[in-house]
Amino acid sequence: MSDTHSETVAYVRETMLPQATPPASEVGAIKWLRENLFSGVLNTILTLVGIAAVVWLVQAALPWFLHGVWNANSLPECRQIIAETWGEGAHGACWAVIRERWNQFLFGFYPSDLYWRPVLALALFFAAVAPVLFTELPRKLLWGSAFYPAVAYILLWGGSLWVPISVMAGFGVGWLGLVAARRTNLPLLGPLAAVLLPLIWWLFLAGPVAGMLEDIIPLGVEEVRSDKFGGFVLSLTIGIAAIVLSLPLGIVLALGRRSDMLLVKALSVGFIEFIRGVPLITLLFTASLLLNYFLPPGTNFDIILRVIIMVTLFAAAYIAEVIRGGLAALPRGQYEAADSLGLDYWKAMQLIVLPQALKISIPGIVSTFIGLFKDTTLVIFVGLLDPLKGITDAVRAAIEWKGVYWEPFIFVGAIFFVFNFGMSRYSMYLENKLKRDHR
Amino acid sequence: MATVTDAPKASFRLSMLIYDTRYRSITIQIVVLLLFMAGAAWLVDNTVRNLAALGKDFSFGFLWNRAGYDINQMLVQYTNDSTHGRAMLIGLLNTLLVAFMSCVAATVLGVIIGVLRLSPNWIVGRLTTVYVEMFRNIPVLLWILVAYAIFTEVLPAPNAFRGENPTASMILFDSVALTNRYTAIPDPLFYRSLGNIDVGLFLISLDLLAIIAVITGSVLVNRKLLAHATAVQNATGVRPVTWWKSILVLLVPLALLLIALGFHAERPVLRGFNFTGGLDVSNSLMALWLGLTLYTAAFIAEIVRAGIGAVSRGQTEAAFALGLRPNRTMSLVILPQALRVIVPPLISQYLNITKNSSLAIAVGYMDLRGTLGGITLNQTGRELECVLLMMLIYLAISLMISGAMNVYNNSVKLKER
Repeated sequence: MSDTHSETVAYVRETMLPQATPPASEVGAIKWLRENLFSGVLNTILTLVGIAAVVWLVQAALPWFLHGVWNANSLPECRQIIAETWGEGAHGACWAVIRERWNQFLFGFYPSDLYWRPVLALALFFAAVAPVLFTELPRKLLWGSAFYPAVAYILLWGGSLWVPISVMAGFGVGWLGLVAARRTNLPLLGPLAAVLLPLIWWLFLAGPVAGMLEDIIPLGVEEVRSDKFGGFVLSLTIGIAAIVLSLPLGIVLALGRRSDMLLVKALSVGFIEFIRGVPLITLLFTASLLLNYFLPPGTNFDIILRVIIMVTLFAAAYIAEVIRGGLAALPRGQYEAADSLGLDYWKAMQLIVLPQALKISIPGIVSTFIGLFKDTTLVIFVGLLDPLKGITDAVRAAIEWKGVYWEPFIFVGAIFFVFNFGMSRYSMYLENKLKRDHR
Repeated sequence: MATVTDAPKASFRLSMLIYDTRYRSITIQIVVLLLFMAGAAWLVDNTVRNLAALGKDFSFGFLWNRAGYDINQMLVQYTNDSTHGRAMLIGLLNTLLVAFMSCVAATVLGVIIGVLRLSPNWIVGRLTTVYVEMFRNIPVLLWILVAYAIFTEVLPAPNAFRGENPTASMILFDSVALTNRYTAIPDPLFYRSLGNIDVGLFLISLDLLAIIAVITGSVLVNRKLLAHATAVQNATGVRPVTWWKSILVLLVPLALLLIALGFHAERPVLRGFNFTGGLDVSNSLMALWLGLTLYTAAFIAEIVRAGIGAVSRGQTEAAFALGLRPNRTMSLVILPQALRVIVPPLISQYLNITKNSSLAIAVGYMDLRGTLGGITLNQTGRELECVLLMMLIYLAISLMISGAMNVYNNSVKLKER
């Protein structure tokens, strides 16, 4: 073979050539540019339009940001400083308003010497939520989470310590009733006692008992009335309370909607569709204007509490629909397997169905939470000072900051963005972590 | 020999109501019904007592009383001599107007951004991601307020357009003037108008009716034309050329009608300190429209992206293997499947727009909440009736939209055999 070749092939290379570098258009930045930005006519046009948009935005906004003034006492002073430094006609941000009023954006009109209380309440919230979210932590910590609502109430509103203690005691009363009823061996008495006794306690006894104890041993911290709340303290109070309360209610509503019992199903559907069909504003108006009609004459309770109730009901309807989607997405076999193991309804739901359904629903639940947190800004329309319009208007009402628009919007928007973006990224992380199939 | 005997017939015990599955669901339902009825009775009783204590009654009679306030934007005629009921109608129409405008604009913008987000282009991909994340994670109220601030604070006053060297100029070939008080746009008018007919509740423009009738007729004829072409194609295998016939059928009658009616657009002209002629669109409407559109477009973009992503790659490859060209693949294979995923959440976004339009309160746009739930409520002091009626109307709109969605869902549902 080699003989025949030796006649036709004049030269055979015997050593390997050193590896040549690839052509310049196939490596590094140029290749990346060609593939990602200029791979065709349409793509090139899009790139150019995109670059033009970025350039235009930067040109319009960057000087404004860079000329920003942090030290000034009023908007005219800001403008004067900008005109002196950057020449007549230059635009610039007046961040001094944020510097001077940031505490109002965060705390509203909360007394400034008590700022540590909402901050501590928020920190404790994360501590209380940790054992619920992370199952690796010791289970005993859950007791701390159970008492968190009372602690948060005292920290935020203050007043007599006996009020939340007396309210929490209602659960103890229910538990005692359950234990006592078990002793009697009568069926039905246990659940009945566990429901009725706390109700009786809360309706008739909790108030007088708290008042009595307060008379004997005065125990309390400085009270902060609801009209002092504002800014992000208000948003977070309403948002977190409604998130925490709406999840269990939403689960119950979702189960109710999928129930075989006609009446339970009809009531759940009616409630969910009604709430989802009306804007939140009308529900807030109900809270501020109509609850006085619906409750017994003479009842008058806190506007923030009323708003929390309405926002909770609102969010619960949306969460119920999200969880219903999760329940429906679960393969039928899971339900049948639970039945064939002989589990009763609650056991099957608790051990088999809900853990999987909730896992599927996590993205939807978190986006409902994000929507809820954004919707807390609507409380301005029932007279509460939300950070977005309430506090901004209050700041603008001061003569020195009259006419300042963009800086407060940017500040408040940035805080909302950080919260919500963080929540949505966390839900994506959680979704990946909990994914069990297609490994 | 083993005998099978029936289980001893247990006599009915009370505890069976809760421990026996045959009776339990009935027991629970009865308890729920009793609780529900007790709760409802409690609420009604409280309401009746509270109303009595305040010396009020529960009646909707105020809807027929004189309203006595002016509304700055009305689609059908209204004066402050009209009734509260009519003010409510004006508000409802304003709500529907801004909701409709926002739905259309948000869909267009959202689809563009959603498709661009899928583009392999790096810059465009990043830009659209920034857009979506920015608008999704910040409350819509902020976007509405920002839009309103732009319109009222940044735009020039009408008198800036005056003089030899005006500091502001009109856009779009001198037909639209953006000012800090209103946006003046051309007004469509007819020289030889057919007039209006009164249908009791409001006037209907005969011109509009004629235009709608002509368009409907054209579309029907065009459909017949296309059906004929398809029949010819099925019979002979050759599809007759129809595009120029379609254009002729669709456009010529409309153009003739418009010429016959003397259609023209009257441009806004600066007279004195204000623009006259043309339509003045209030800045509150523009701000609400812009805010709702930008915000909802971010959600629609995500829906479109998810919908297109939901069609598996195998579908495209199968279509290519069958020899379909990219255009036909898109229109015949991918879009019909993607739409099934896209449309339900899209319609729920339309619902959200309708509900979010009640944020009109932030910019003083007179929507349903501004008239019925605002001035009427404050003037008559009938909180209960006004809020309930408002909820009922929003609920009816929502149920109608979701009803339409269910019809659509059933029609495109995967027919599994």
